[in-house]
Amino acid sequence: MTAAIDNVGTGRAGADRSAKDRAGTGRALSLRRAAVALAAAAIAYQAVAWGGLFPAVLFPGIPVIATTLWGMIRDGTMEMHAAFTLYRVLVGFVLAILVGLPLGVMMARFRPVENFFLPLVSALMPIPSFSLVPLFMLWFGIGNLTTILIVLYAATFPILFNTWSGVRAVNPLWLRAAGAMGADEKALFWKVIIPGASPLIITGLRQGFLRSWIAVIGAEMIAASQWGLGWVIFDAEQFLNTNIMMASVVVIGVIGFVFERLVFGSIERATVSRWGMVRLERR
Amino acid sequence: MPHIELREVSLEYDTPGGRVSAVENVDLAVEQSEFLCLVGPSGCGKTTLLNLIAGFLTPSRGEIRIGGQAISGLGFDRGVVFQDFAQLFPWRTALGNVAFGLEMKGVGWREREEIALRHLELVGLAKFARAYPHHLSGGMQQRVAIARALAYNPAVLLMDEPFAALDALTRDEMQRLVAEVWRETGKTVIYVTHNVAEAVYLADRVIVMTAHPGRVKREMAIAIKRPRDPLSLEFVDYQKRLLYELGQRTGQEEAEETAEIRRIGTTGRTRG
Amino acid sequence: MTDASLALAAPHPREGPLRRRLAIVARTVFPFAVVGAIWEAIAHAGIFPIKLFPPLETIAVTFVRLTLSGILPHHTLDTLVRLSLGFAIAAVFGVGVGLAMGRSRRVEDYLLPLVSILAPIPGLAYTPLFLLWFGPGNPSAVLLVGFVSSFAVIYNTWTGVKAVKEIWLRSAQAMGANDRRVFRQVILPGALPYILTGLRLGLAQAWRILVAVEMLASVPWGLGWMIFGARQFLDTDVMLAGVVVIAAIGLALEKLVFQRLEHLTVVRWGMIAG
Repeated sequence: MTAAIDNVGTGRAGADRSAKDRAGTGRALSLRRAAVALAAAAIAYQAVAWGGLFPAVLFPGIPVIATTLWGMIRDGTMEMHAAFTLYRVLVGFVLAILVGLPLGVMMARFRPVENFFLPLVSALMPIPSFSLVPLFMLWFGIGNLTTILIVLYAATFPILFNTWSGVRAVNPLWLRAAGAMGADEKALFWKVIIPGASPLIITGLRQGFLRSWIAVIGAEMIAASQWGLGWVIFDAEQFLNTNIMMASVVVIGVIGFVFERLVFGSIERATVSRWGMVRLERR
Repeated sequence: MPHIELREVSLEYDTPGGRVSAVENVDLAVEQSEFLCLVGPSGCGKTTLLNLIAGFLTPSRGEIRIGGQAISGLGFDRGVVFQDFAQLFPWRTALGNVAFGLEMKGVGWREREEIALRHLELVGLAKFARAYPHHLSGGMQQRVAIARALAYNPAVLLMDEPFAALDALTRDEMQRLVAEVWRETGKTVIYVTHNVAEAVYLADRVIVMTAHPGRVKREMAIAIKRPRDPLSLEFVDYQKRLLYELGQRTGQEEAEETAEIRRIGTTGRTRG
Repeated sequence: MTDASLALAAPHPREGPLRRRLAIVARTVFPFAVVGAIWEAIAHAGIFPIKLFPPLETIAVTFVRLTLSGILPHHTLDTLVRLSLGFAIAAVFGVGVGLAMGRSRRVEDYLLPLVSILAPIPGLAYTPLFLLWFGPGNPSAVLLVGFVSSFAVIYNTWTGVKAVKEIWLRSAQAMGANDRRVFRQVILPGALPYILTGLRLGLAQAWRILVAVEMLASVPWGLGWMIFGARQFLDTDVMLAGVVVIAAIGLALEKLVFQRLEHLTVVRWGMIAG
């Protein structure tokens, strides 16, 4: 009896394997094309830089950008800018988690909390965080505090909103099954609701970080002094230091990529996609 | 003393259209280690009755006793298996799912794993202990659900059409498995189904229910020796008799059903 | 059981529709009243200078004054025009590229790496570059908004085309549809929920970034510029009046434009829950 069902299982695994093989040869082609595309883009950029369509100051070639980047890394200024930006974004993001996660859970679990906060959240959520920068500059001055608060504002709503939806979307059957097995409120919360809501909670954290990252760069451009990747780009503009700007853009992109793919991607792979709760899309 | 006893249990609830009686005056006694099937048309309140016994719902009137004690709410003395495959926790392995009830009871992890593994063995899934539910087929998931409901050793097993969503071949296998597990563990089982053959195959006794309001219409003891042969004459005879009971409707029921169809027709949609 | 739980979740039958509506209004207004009262208390308590933390009545007066003088409408209009132009670029460009990527393996292989490298860079980081390349003012602002918000559109359109069920394509082909018809009658409507999601995300992103772009790109009019300019004169009331307008536009974009569009199409087809 078990054999029959197990055979179905192995049969399916076999089918998966052959599909994977086919995808493997396809993937080699895709990788080759990706390499071609990137090379072509680089060559096209370099051609524009050499072609003299724009003044060289405004359109530095790739070697110039690379040299500038290397120089800034060697003398430690780039690390310093990155460290300041990371400090601001991480503090703001962690604060946003501390606000958004519990509030989202409470809104989903308790009707009065939802009744009170939902209208406020719906009204505040569409306000772009940048529109508060000038106000915060007046209230809290130029520097870390303003930037951190802008990040907090930008990241809280995605985290809160997704947590709220996630907890509300927890399959009631899981709650019943756990209740039948004697789970108390605490066990229900930690062992059923939180893991059950995790696909959306992780989505919220991901979106929240993405927004934080945009917010910190923008806030630094408008309201930072001396240090920070956003500030250095804006400062460089005034002196037409396009190479410094480009080098910073590269660093900003790399850090954003690392967080998005490596940090949140591996969290997702280790949890919700391993549990089959979300399907990982091919990217 | 019967193991499970229902005394004049009724459940009513309010709808925008007024008070509706889902279950009315049900008297029922289930003996220790008895296998009882509830059959009836959809909407007859058999699932509601099961939910009352499980403790998910509280009766408006009447009393439910298990082992002589009136129940209030959920308890470790009952294990529940639902129809929906999604009942397993996707974030836990098969083993983790089966161990959940033991964890709630405060059993240490070493013992927990050992007991859970034993129950996975009972349903023939020991080698899938580390697999996550989404890697298992529907039948396997339901077997894990059965193991999970048994693992913390409840005296009563409540099953709500657990195999209704499976294909016919798998369902036959699962029925044999349930009969075997029941023989080995000696649990008292209440099993809801709308499948007459399933009821005759599994039950010591079948309760036929009617709809609107949900009432017990008839009881039928199945006096066939186990293991039962679904192709034997007496098996088919029992099936016929049960189908006859289910097919027979009172004039009032028919009138209500016609009214219901009209109502659905005019509003254009229902929710199931 | 399902019947019972549905019935229990249904609204209480005794309350009339009018009373229920009033209760909903009261419930929505209440939190704002509480926050407003706290704001007033802080403003009048004099913890902060009144110039930096104006009471609500000052903000309201400023709002009315700026509206009547036509300054606020002018700023708002310019912002909306920039938003529409930028978003139109993103919509046309994004849907086009997304469809091409979804339909052709070749295009997908070539463009996907570029999209995935450019997308995670916060669009604002390009602001100074755009300012240098296209000069300060409107062209930079509009192009930047369009460029930045197109990624969400591209990505979702592409995903949507990939998500069109093989079985729909096969059944359409079996019924004799040619490639063009399959595209127009099956792929486009099939991918529509994703495309709409992409447009929605793109518009939200365009909206979020536009305010910052207006502050940085030295455009002559616009809500972002108004807020930023008011900082120099410590006109907190002007800033807050601007923020109110920004919030109202954001809310209107979400509720009026996209929710309505979704109800007309994909919700009606039952492809997503309403």
